[in-house]
Amino acid sequence: MKLKTFPGGLHPPDNKEWSANKAIETCPLPGELVIPLAQHIGAPAELCVAKGDHVKKGQVIGTAKGFVSVPVHSSTSGEVTAIEPRPHASGRNLPAVVIRPDGEDTWVEGISGADPETLSPDAIRECIRAAGIVGMGGATFPAHVKLTPPENKPIHTLVINGVECEPYLTADHRLMLEETDRVLDGIVILKRVLGVARAQVGIEANKPDAIEVMTKACAGKGIEVVPLAVKYPQGAEKQLILALTGREVPSGGLPMDVGVVVQNVGTAAAVSDAVRRGLPLIERIATVTGPGVTTPKNLRVRVGTPLTHLVEFCGGLKGDPAKIIMGGPMMGATQLSLDVPATRGTSGVLLFREGEIPLRPEGPCIRCGRCVQVCPAHIMPTTIAAYARLDLIAEAEEFGAMDCIECGCCTYTCPATLPLVQAIRYGKGAILAKRRKV
Amino acid sequence: MEKQLYLSSSPHIHSGETTDKVMRAVIYALLPACAVAVYFFGLAALGVLLICTLGCVAAEAVCQRLMGKAPTTADGSAALTGILLALNLPSSSPWWMALIGSAVAIAVGKQVYGGLGYNPFNPALVARVVLLISFPVQMTTWTAPAPLGSGIDAVTSATPLGEMKTAVMLTGQIPAALQGPYGDYFTGNMAGSLGEVSAAALLLGGFFLLARRIITWHIPVSYLGTVVVFGGLFWVLDPARYPGPLFHLLTGGLLLGAFFMATDMVTSPITGRGMLLFGFGCGLITVLIRLFGGYPEGVSFAILLMNAVTPLIDRFTRPKKFGFVAPPG
Amino acid sequence: MLAAILSLGGIGLAAAVALGFAAKKFAVEVDPRELAVAEVLSGANCGACGYPGCAAYAKAVATGEAAPNLCTPGGASTVDKIAHIMGVAAVTASPQIAVVLCQGDNPKAKAKYRYLGVADCNAAQKIADGPKECPGGCLGLGTCARVCPFGAIEITPEGLAVISREKCTGCKKCVPACPRSVIRMAPLDATVHVLCNSRDKGAVVRKYCQVGCIACHICAKTVPEAYVVEENLARVVYEHYDQAAPAVAKCPTKCIRDFVEGYPEGSTFAPPVVPVKAEAAA
Repeated sequence: MKLKTFPGGLHPPDNKEWSANKAIETCPLPGELVIPLAQHIGAPAELCVAKGDHVKKGQVIGTAKGFVSVPVHSSTSGEVTAIEPRPHASGRNLPAVVIRPDGEDTWVEGISGADPETLSPDAIRECIRAAGIVGMGGATFPAHVKLTPPENKPIHTLVINGVECEPYLTADHRLMLEETDRVLDGIVILKRVLGVARAQVGIEANKPDAIEVMTKACAGKGIEVVPLAVKYPQGAEKQLILALTGREVPSGGLPMDVGVVVQNVGTAAAVSDAVRRGLPLIERIATVTGPGVTTPKNLRVRVGTPLTHLVEFCGGLKGDPAKIIMGGPMMGATQLSLDVPATRGTSGVLLFREGEIPLRPEGPCIRCGRCVQVCPAHIMPTTIAAYARLDLIAEAEEFGAMDCIECGCCTYTCPATLPLVQAIRYGKGAILAKRRKV
Repeated sequence: MEKQLYLSSSPHIHSGETTDKVMRAVIYALLPACAVAVYFFGLAALGVLLICTLGCVAAEAVCQRLMGKAPTTADGSAALTGILLALNLPSSSPWWMALIGSAVAIAVGKQVYGGLGYNPFNPALVARVVLLISFPVQMTTWTAPAPLGSGIDAVTSATPLGEMKTAVMLTGQIPAALQGPYGDYFTGNMAGSLGEVSAAALLLGGFFLLARRIITWHIPVSYLGTVVVFGGLFWVLDPARYPGPLFHLLTGGLLLGAFFMATDMVTSPITGRGMLLFGFGCGLITVLIRLFGGYPEGVSFAILLMNAVTPLIDRFTRPKKFGFVAPPG
Repeated sequence: MLAAILSLGGIGLAAAVALGFAAKKFAVEVDPRELAVAEVLSGANCGACGYPGCAAYAKAVATGEAAPNLCTPGGASTVDKIAHIMGVAAVTASPQIAVVLCQGDNPKAKAKYRYLGVADCNAAQKIADGPKECPGGCLGLGTCARVCPFGAIEITPEGLAVISREKCTGCKKCVPACPRSVIRMAPLDATVHVLCNSRDKGAVVRKYCQVGCIACHICAKTVPEAYVVEENLARVVYEHYDQAAPAVAKCPTKCIRDFVEGYPEGSTFAPPVVPVKAEAAA
C-alpha cells in the first residue's frame, strides 16, 4: 500500500536510533530551577511572586496577560531566590523566576481533577488554559486559543500530530509508546472540546511500534491512526493536514479554514493531565541527543531545568560542544550556552562537536532547482532569497516569501550551501516591517 | 582561548551535496562517451579532449587572475565545460581551434557575466557556435570512425545528418542506406563530433545522472519526446523525405544535448514545469532546423535559443504556491 | 544594387518621418527649470533629499514642492546653483557627515559566539542579538558599506566599518541601515569623536572591549564644555567641538579619536587634510 504524504520535502538521515529504544527516564531535580516568564507565543506571563517567597509545586508564578497567553507555574516547591533576566532560548536574557528547590516537592493545595464527561467544553477549555498548555511540538502556541474556533469556522476533524519528522528527536515516539493511555485520553478530551466525531493520528512509518500500540489503543474509539510515508516536514501543520485529509490550507490561512484543528501528541497528554488530574504543565518529555552527548536519552524534564543538568544526567558532554541546539536540527535554535533552561517547548537538546556541523562557505547559486523541487510550500526559495538579500522586498513578497514555513529543506539540499532560509526570514521581517508602516 | 560556540540560523544539518560534487558527477557521467570517442577516433580525440579541458581550466585561472577574483578552478566547472566543448568538436579539430574555443567558452561564455552561476548561455555551446561560424571548414570536416587496433587510416566522411541534408536537397529523398545501420548509430560507429556518436555511452551517463539525482527527468524526457513526436509526425506524412524518430534520436548531438547540455543547471529553468517547456522548445527548434534549416544539425542552436528565454520561462512557470487561492474577480 | 540602396534608403526615410512626427505629437512638456536643476544634481540617486532619486527631487524643486537646500551630498555649491535657477536666496544647512562610533574590531572587542550565515549585520543581529559581546559595537559585516551610494564606507580586514571624511556626503543612508545604531551624524568640521556606542557600565565594558568608553569622566573633567557623560557613555557636545581636542590624549581607553591624527587601525583611507571643506564656511 502506498502511504499517504504531501508533495515536496525530503528525508534527511534521521539518526533516531540513538535514542529511539531508550525508555523515558525522569531527570532528577536540579539545584536551581530557572523558569522564564516567556515560554509561549503571545504576551509573556505577568509575575505574581516575589523574591524570598516560598512556592509550592504547581503554584502559579506568572499570570496570563490577555487571551493569547497562559499562566506559568512552579515546577517544584522551594524558595524564590531571584527574579532577574536570565539566559533564555531566544538568545537574550529575559525575566525569569529562579527557584531553589526544598526537595519536598509538595504540591500546592487545591489540585483536583474531574471526569471530563461531566465537564462542559468551556469548562475543559478553562482547565487547559489554567494549566498553561501550549503546543508542545515546539511552536508553543497557547492550546486553548486553537481550541476556540470562531462560530463561522466549523471544525470537523481533529488531527493529532505524532509525526515527529525532525531528525534525532524521539520524545513523541517514546511518549506514544510508553504513555499511550495519557495520549489517548487527551485525544478523547480534545474531541469532546471541539465536538468533532472524527480524529486522525498521523504517525510516520519509521515508528512501527508506536503505530501498532496506538492503533490497538484507538480501536473502536472513533480515532483513526494513519501511517504516513517518512518525509520531512510532515509534522508541519499544513503539510500534515494535506497528507491526512487531502485538503490544502489556503495561503495565509489557518487550519480552521479547512475545518481542522491540529494538536501534538505531547499536548494531548498534557490535556489529559490537566483535565483528569488537575495538573498544570510543569514537565515534558525531551530528547537529549547528538554526537556531543555521552548517552543520548529521552527524559521527563521539569520546566526550568538548565540544559547543563540534563546533559549531566545523560553522562555529560562528549568532547567540547561546538553547537548547542534546542529543538531539532532542521528548525531548532542555536544556544549561547548550556545555562539556558528547558521550557514547555523544548522537544530536544542536540549537541554537535567541531567537525560535525556544515561549515562550507557559500558559493554562487548554480540554479540547480533542488530548492524548488523540495520546497513543501511550492515557492522558489533561491529567487526569494536573492531578492531579500538585495533588499528588493516587494519582489520577495510577490514571489511568496510570506508562505515560507522555514522548514529548512532548501538550505539542507543546496549544493552551493547558501543560507536560503535565513535570507528569506530576513525578507519576511522586512515585509512585516513594511506592512506595519503602511 | 576557549573555542566559542557556533550560532546560526536553522537548519543545522546539510545534505553534503556540493557544487564540486555535482560537477564531478557530470564529468564521471561523460567518461563513457569520452572513452568511446578515443576508441573510434584514436589519439586525435584524446588530444582534443586534453587541449579543451586544460585550455578551459587555464582560461578560467587567467580570467579570475585578471579580474582579481579568488580562483575557483578546483570546483570542476571549467574542466566540465572543456570536456563538453571537446565532445562537440570533430576529432580532426586543429589544436589552435580547440584552444580558441576554450578561451571563448570561459571568457566570453562565462566569466564576462560574473562566472559560475551567472552565465545566461551554455559556455561550451557558445564556443561551439562561435567556432562553427568562424571556421566552418574545420568544424565540418568529420573523420570516419577507425576503431583502435583496426589499422584503418583516418578518412574524412560525412555525418549521417549531413548526408541526409545533402541528399534531400539534391534528390528530395533520403538514401535508404542511411536508415539502416541503427546498430552502428547506437554504439557510435559513425562520423560526428567526439561525444555525439555513441548513443549507448550517452545513455549510460544520462542514467547515471538521473540515478544520482544530478538532473531530473523533465528536460531529457520532454526534449527527446518532442523530437520523437514532432519529427515522427513529418515521417508519417512523407517517410521518403523525412527521417524516422529513431534516426532523429540516434544521430547527431541530440542525446548529448538532451542529457548533458540542455540540462546545464545554470542556463536551464529551475521549476519543473519550466524544464518541461524548455525541453519542448529545444525539441521543436531542433527538428525544425534539421528538416528545414540551412544546417544539418540544430541541437546547439536550439539549446542556445532556449537559454535566452530561460529567465522568461522561470517567470511564467512559477509553481502554484501551497494553498494558493485565486484572488476574487 | 541600386534597388537595394533605394529600398534601404526608403525605409530609413519613412522611419525618420514617423519618428519625427511621433516626437512632436507625443512630446511631454517639461519645465526647463526642472531640467536645469537635474543638471546641477550629482545623479547619484542617494535619496538624502527624501525623494526617490535626483530626477524626482528636481521635479519637486521646480514645482516648488521641495526646498532647494535638501541636496546635502552636493554641498553648498549645489544649493547655491539650485537657488540661482529657482531665483531664491540660498540657505545652506551646515554640512554633516556620518561617523561610526566604534573602534572595537575583532581583535579588540570580544565576540559572543562564532556566527555562520548571511554576511549581513541585520541578519546577524537577529541571532542572539549579534555575535559581539558589546550590545552597541560595530558588527563589521558591511551592511552600511553596501547601502552607501558614494563608496565612502570600508570594512577593515579586522571587521570594523570606517567612513571616509572626504567621500561621505552626509546623505544619511547608512544611519538606518545599521541595526545597532552605531553610525551617527556629526558636523563635518568636528574631527574629535568618542568612538564608542556601549551604554554598559565601565566594569562590564572593560570585560569585552579594549577601546570602549568606561565612563570615567576624565574627558568631561578636562574640558567640561565639550563632553557630557550620559548612560555610561561619553559624547562630544558638538556645539563646542573646537574645544574637544585636549581630552584625546587623556582618555585611558583611547576611545576618543581626533580624525586629524588618522583613521582607526586597519583603514586604508589617507589621513584627512584639515580643514576639510573650506566652502562650508562660505
